[in-house]
Amino acid sequence: MSLFKQLSEKSWERKGVVGGLNPEGTFESPPERVALVFFLTVASVVFSLFGVSYVIRMSLPDWTPLAEPSQLWLNTALLVVSSVLFQWARNIAKADQQKNLKTAFIGGGVFALLFIAGQVLIWEDLQASGFYIASNPANSFYYLLTGLHIAHLLGGLWVWSKSSIRLLSGGKPEELRLSIELCTLYWHFLLIVWLVIFAVLSNT
Amino acid sequence: MAYVPLADQDSEMEMHHPHSWVTKYVWSQDHKVIAIQYGGIAIAVGVVALVLSLLMRMQLGFPESFDLIDPSAYYQSVTMHGMIMVVYMLTALLLGGFGNYLVPLMCGARDMVFPFLNMLSVWVYALSVVILMASFFVGGGPTGAGWTLYPPQTSMAGTPGHDMGIVLMLLSLAVFIIAFTMGGLNYVTTILQYRCRGLTMMRLPLTIWGIFIATILGLFAFPALLVSAIMMLFDILLGTSFFMPAVIEAGTPLDHNGGSPILFQHLFWFFGHPEVYIVALPAFGLVSDVLSTHARKNIFGYRMMVWAIIAIGALSFIVWAHHMYVSGMHPYFGFFFATTTLIIAVPTALKVYNWVLTLWEGDIRLNAPMYFAIGFIFTFIHGGLTGLFLGNVVIDLPLSDTYFVVAHFHMVMGVSPVLVIFAALYHWYPKVTGRMFHEGMAKLHFWITFLGTYAIYLPMHYLGFLGVPRRYYAMGATDFIPESAQDLNAAITIAALIVGAAQILFFINIFWSLRNGKKADPNPWGSASLEWQTPDTPPVHGNWGDELPTVYRWAYDYSVPGAHADFIPQNVPESVEPTADEEHFDPDHDESKADT
Repeated sequence: MSLFKQLSEKSWERKGVVGGLNPEGTFESPPERVALVFFLTVASVVFSLFGVSYVIRMSLPDWTPLAEPSQLWLNTALLVVSSVLFQWARNIAKADQQKNLKTAFIGGGVFALLFIAGQVLIWEDLQASGFYIASNPANSFYYLLTGLHIAHLLGGLWVWSKSSIRLLSGGKPEELRLSIELCTLYWHFLLIVWLVIFAVLSNT
Repeated sequence: MAYVPLADQDSEMEMHHPHSWVTKYVWSQDHKVIAIQYGGIAIAVGVVALVLSLLMRMQLGFPESFDLIDPSAYYQSVTMHGMIMVVYMLTALLLGGFGNYLVPLMCGARDMVFPFLNMLSVWVYALSVVILMASFFVGGGPTGAGWTLYPPQTSMAGTPGHDMGIVLMLLSLAVFIIAFTMGGLNYVTTILQYRCRGLTMMRLPLTIWGIFIATILGLFAFPALLVSAIMMLFDILLGTSFFMPAVIEAGTPLDHNGGSPILFQHLFWFFGHPEVYIVALPAFGLVSDVLSTHARKNIFGYRMMVWAIIAIGALSFIVWAHHMYVSGMHPYFGFFFATTTLIIAVPTALKVYNWVLTLWEGDIRLNAPMYFAIGFIFTFIHGGLTGLFLGNVVIDLPLSDTYFVVAHFHMVMGVSPVLVIFAALYHWYPKVTGRMFHEGMAKLHFWITFLGTYAIYLPMHYLGFLGVPRRYYAMGATDFIPESAQDLNAAITIAALIVGAAQILFFINIFWSLRNGKKADPNPWGSASLEWQTPDTPPVHGNWGDELPTVYRWAYDYSVPGAHADFIPQNVPESVEPTADEEHFDPDHDESKADT
């Protein structure tokens, strides 16, 4: 039923059981997926508000653009590989296969860890070169946005590690399918967020 | 693929039945226990905020009489009172308390979708309260920056609690938002995906619609507070300049440079205004159900009520800058925000008309919950009308920093939701505890609270017109404030102390009735909605026994012509309801209709 049709239902006129014999959710999705989509929307709002703050703060006179290190390209590649591996794992799980599932799923998380390590290395380089967090608002935003993105990745990795343990200890792929699917969705989301952050940082 | 998700699949084996006292009452995953935990903490912290407001009133009514209240303590009381009441009391009680209790029951589910996350939510909330309360005990005390926490004064030496107090406040807010997000995802997903068979969205009671839309507002608005809290923490702890401009403090320039305090104000109010509706919408929903049940009439204009909730929710995101007229803005901006502010009055007024029309020709039962619900209509109309004054830029500018604003927002988002909370607490008390409360004591509680409210806030409007400024510790000698204003202030303080003391009646009533109250019927008010139809009262873990209910009708089948009783529960099949027969109509009733 379309949303408009649902909202225009004259519920005082219609009696009796509506729908089939089983209760149906509004969306034909497991509740976990619905909750994750809501969470991704919330996270998008958080990142967008930081984005708006970035643009407003940037227009003030003391802003000195930060020259982003070229290593960011390498890190971005790591995150892309991570996302691709997750997608691979999802495809395997969806087809009810086992082969390469562990490699793909665990590999995806490992590449995300490498991405985080790469980001931390860049922080250290920037510190060593005198680009401290408080020396300019552009620097402050660089640390803040990359840090926030890492925090979200760490949250994902916590779920990933739990699923990986279940996978390694012989959990059946069909039991883990939903978890793998949701991890993949989350990773793609964080890749898109990172690409937007990277684009904004490099062009300002 | 038709995915059959839901509530039925969660059979007994998936329920996390408690095995010990600790898992039953402390680390409980039962939504009803969690609701009581949320409610209990929120009410306890609300009492702290109430005491703080009485301290302020004592200072304002009888200046220089109480050594205990110095200017710092006064500003700390203002700040903590505001923040606790808005966030830690109202939001937590309405969504964490009522949301948790009523969502699964009214949706015909066994529990929330994610019970563990739900348990985590209440304990993270408790942690945020502990962090906030800790600020009373650190050096410098809690922050006295005002509940809006505007930089740069939040972290400057002249402001009480500028070192640890503000840090703990921001930290506590961030933790609260995490707790809220965990709870909010649960409420939204449960309402969308866990409704029982036959329960379409438009068959839901308005309580659920209010909680649903308010939760969505919260999920989208609290991030703005989180973002501003994080950036302000960076400014304070790491020396960045997101919000902090170049400032000279006691002759010494601070390290900050170039930040934008106005940016903070925009972020804060982008959260702050939807927050008004995060509190108001659940209250609107609850009061609709209380009014309809006790007037023995279906809610007037159900669809309009749902659409109005959605419209208010959407509009609440584009009115925020009306809190910032005095900060200065482009005149077209002011024009835009004044216009949207006045437009939001339309769906709000629609709801008020519908409440009144629900009462019209109803078989009104004047018991305690109904007293509070009708009292709410008065205070809400009153507070809403003064909002029309303040929504206009030219009227807001002279009134903004006066007691007129204090009177306005206390009427509209202080007293009004609190009256609904009392209405709802009394209304659902028999279901939650299985006992009836003492009706006479509850009515006495109502009259003192309701009349006291007017004794407190009505004169404040007048003080505002006189130009008495808000946020002042003491007025001192001025040319434009007559001495009689002080008499008015003293009277307000006496009224506030009486109203404050009268709340003891509420606590005596609910605790005394727990043991001594009359045993309650499963459905003492004759309510049609699902939560009153549980096999056990109070409902046990899992709510519905062996089988989940099936819903055949909306939640407002009251006084249906031709029916046996004056209400038909939602889970009664169609066939039980006798067909409407002309002979069964009450002729007097029809005539009176014709007269009007």
